[in-house]
Order: sequence, then C-alpha cells, then structure tokens
Amino acid sequence: MKELICICCPMGCHLQVDDSDKKNIIVTGNTCPRGAKYAKDEVTCPKRVVTSVAAVDGGEINMVSVKTSDSIPKDKMFDALKLLDNISVPAPVEIGQVIVKDVLGLGVDFVATKSVSKQR
Amino acid sequence: MINKNLVIIGGGPAGLAAAKSAYDAGERDIVILERQSELGGILNQCIHNGFGLHTFKEELTGPEYAQRYIVEVQKRNIEYKLDTTVLSISNDKIVTAVNEADGLIKYAAKAIIVACGCRERPRGGINVAGSRCAGIFSAGTAQKLINIDGYMPGKEVVILGSGDIGLIMARRMTFEGAKVKAVVELMPYSSGLNRNIVQCLKDFDIPLLFSHTVVDIKGEGRVSSVVIAQVDERLNPIMSTAQEIKCDTLLLSIGLVPEKELAEKAGVKVSPITGGAIVDESMMTSVEGIFECGNVLHVHDLVDFVSKESEDAGASAAKYIKDGAKSEAKVSIVGADGVRYVVPHYLSKTASLDKLQLKMRVANVFKNKRLVAVLDGEEILSKKKQIVTPGEMESIILTAEQIKKIQSGEKLTLCLKD
Repeated sequence: MKELICICCPMGCHLQVDDSDKKNIIVTGNTCPRGAKYAKDEVTCPKRVVTSVAAVDGGEINMVSVKTSDSIPKDKMFDALKLLDNISVPAPVEIGQVIVKDVLGLGVDFVATKSVSKQR
Repeated sequence: MINKNLVIIGGGPAGLAAAKSAYDAGERDIVILERQSELGGILNQCIHNGFGLHTFKEELTGPEYAQRYIVEVQKRNIEYKLDTTVLSISNDKIVTAVNEADGLIKYAAKAIIVACGCRERPRGGINVAGSRCAGIFSAGTAQKLINIDGYMPGKEVVILGSGDIGLIMARRMTFEGAKVKAVVELMPYSSGLNRNIVQCLKDFDIPLLFSHTVVDIKGEGRVSSVVIAQVDERLNPIMSTAQEIKCDTLLLSIGLVPEKELAEKAGVKVSPITGGAIVDESMMTSVEGIFECGNVLHVHDLVDFVSKESEDAGASAAKYIKDGAKSEAKVSIVGADGVRYVVPHYLSKTASLDKLQLKMRVANVFKNKRLVAVLDGEEILSKKKQIVTPGEMESIILTAEQIKKIQSGEKLTLCLKD
C-alpha cells in the first residue's frame, strides 16, 4: 500500500494505492477519475523532466539552463544530473542545442533552454 | 524630451505581452524600458518547467516561455532599451530613465504601462531575531546565484516559507548537492501548488513543517544553526516546542512585494491589500493614461495569467491613445466574506465588453462553498467550489449580458457562501 498526494488540482486528495497485484492496481481516496490515473502512472513508472544548468565558456553569463528533452525515470534523476557536473559548453549557445546526447542511454538529450551569446 | 505614444516599464512577461498586444491593436510608437541586460525578467532564472500550459498547451521552462514572447516583440520591431532604469514617472506622464549609453532620458508619453513586477520580501519584512551573519538569502537571490551565475550559496539549508519559490529552491538546492533539512511554513497550509509540494519536497523526502517559524538565527560570520518553533492559532511561537537545526544557509521565501513606488509617486491610488494599483476593467489606474498589469498589480500563480492580463492592458492602452478616456461613472467591485480582493476594482458603466474576467484571492482554505457575485444586494451569479485556497487565484468570467446588468448597478460584491 502506497500513499500519494494527487497533483491534478488544488484538492490534493490523499490517495491510497494498492499495487500488490500489478495487473489490478486499486486506488482509493480520489474524488475524480484523474486521481486514479495519476496514482497508477506514479506507482508503475514515475517520470520527471529534469531541469538544471551547465557551465558556459566565454559566455555573457556563466551558466546555460538545460532540460531533458523528454521525461526520464525518477530514480535516474541524480545520475543524469552528474553528467552536467564537469562539462563546459563553448559560447555562443543556441536555445534547443543538444548539451548532452543520449543521457544514460535513455534516448533523451539534455538541451539548452536559453541562448547565451559570447561575452562582449 | 522624446515624444512617445506608449512607454512600457519592464521587459518581463508582463511588459512583453503588453507590447505585443498594443502593437497588434494598431499602436506603433512603443518603447519597452528594461532594467536588466536582457529581456524576459524573472523567467530567465526560473529554469524549471511547468510554464505555458494554458498559453501554449505545452510545458516550457521559464527561459523558453520568455523566448516565445521576445521573438514576438522582435518580429514586430518594437523598440526596447536594456540596462535602463526608470527613475520616476509623473502624473502628466513624463517618464525619466537613465542608462549608460544615453545618460538621462525623458519621455513625454501619451500612455504608460507599469509592468515592473515584484521584489522579494527581505528578512527585515518579518523581523526574524538573531545573528546578522552571512548565509541568509532570499530564495530568488539563491536562484539567481545558482542558475545564472553558477555559484552555490550553501550546503545545509533550511527554507522559511513554502510558497512556490521556496519549494522550487528546495529541489534546486538538492539537485546541486545540498542537503535541505526542512521547509518551515508559518501557516497551517502552503501557498504553493500541490504539484510543487509533491515534486520538489516529497520526491526527496524533505520535511515540510506547517505552523512553524524561525525564532532565532545563530552563527558568527556564517549561519551555524537556526531555531524553529511551532506557532499557536494566533501565529505566536510556542517556545517550549523550540528545536535547533544545524545548517549553514537560511533561504527566505516569505512573499513578494509589488514594486509600486514608481506608480505611487505619480499619484496612482494603491490597494492596501494587494499593494498594487486600483484599476478598472481596462487596467487603467486612478491616473488617466497610466495602466498597470502583471505582478506589480497583484501576485499571480502562473505566468500564463500574467500574459493574458498584460495583453488586455496593452490593447486597452492602444485604444486609449486612439480614442481618449471613457466616462467617469463606475461600478465598484469588492471582495467580502472570505474573498480578500478582486481585480479589477472598478467597471466603467459605458465600457462595451464581450466578456470580463474577475480575478480574486480567498483569505483561507475553504471547502464546499459557493463563490457568489452580489449586485446591490441581489445574487446574480454563483459557482460551486469543492475547495478554494489562498495559493490558487480564483476567477469568474462574466458574459456580455452579465456585464450589462452589472453596469446598471453600483456595487458588485464577490463572497463565499455555504
């Protein structure tokens, strides 16, 4: 039995999820169908888009913001973030530019979410 | 003195959206004045995602959302000046600004849109006792240090305040290797979004302590610990519950204060509740030709709503420049019985509108209520609400028919009823 707070609306229903039978996950405590769907996704494969920054070399600002191009499994977040620790991207950086290709072999890239021009 | 039809103060989400829509409403003589060295405002440091679900039907990060509007402004060749600080605006609409390239600049404007957002409430705003050592940051300052400048403000962190910025920073500090020991919230509820409580705290097992506050900060040179305590119903600390948490950093996420001073000095009437101007349905303030929109008017939860409101302000300003002011007769719109404030504060009796969105915030968490609009004692509209919280702005969209009816009255009251 797992306990979750639903994030679909401000109600924030406290959900109880019985996932002892993976084929028949039972959700209680929800006040609408969206809560049940949220809980099932969250206990079967919780995923998150990860956002962070990477250092820029010779840019107008020191850091460029990045995100994973798609959501990745929650338990891979910190391993993915480590890939950004020791890199330095040469300026200029274009929004959408791939910063780390194929993060952890997940088929997802870290891409820049802003442009950083060269230092004037 | 430069003659300019429309001067927009602030190049963040509000200013950009206002400029775009003023242009699209036919106004071509526009300048945006921005204090920072790039457009986009606070979005540039809000690198997390979740922006734009309403406007673009997709989840963008802050910088990406800003970029969408910057492109729109640049496509229209709207003039903007960066690194330019506005020093004052006057009630006859003279805007005085300064920058390194031009020195002192004076604009004689036909209309002004004040879109300069908020600043963070500092430690002095709540008078936390204790040492005045290093290691105490507002959450937004820490956000800028990490996301723009690339510096880590600390390793072991306590965060006071569970609004969205505090929650987002709890995750951000964790991602960068810090240990967030607790998020401490004075109220018995969070003013942040549920989604952020789950994805920024629960995902990392960061404790959220409701009805607690920081009562002492200890440290010589640098923070070494903070003392927290539970508070009673009247928000007074119960000292017998005090406990010390070792940390080197305290982040304060204790509210936003509108940058109201510019408008106020021009004679604009300010609401004591929101801190922003008192406006009519066109977002015009009490000074003719001066408009206000975005977080300087009232704090929004979502940037999407800032953009929408500012687009309305931009279009209204363009219309005002063309047609001049409307009649003075207005219906006043107020909040009561659980509704803390409503924006706009007035509805002009002669305005011709297809629809009008009334935005409001409630004073507490309420369940199973009706949000009711009462016109001079008569209930004209009711909307069932399973839950309302101070953290989520409520709104009612009025139809053309309802607007006409309201325009025949004197006072519209929004309140919560059983």
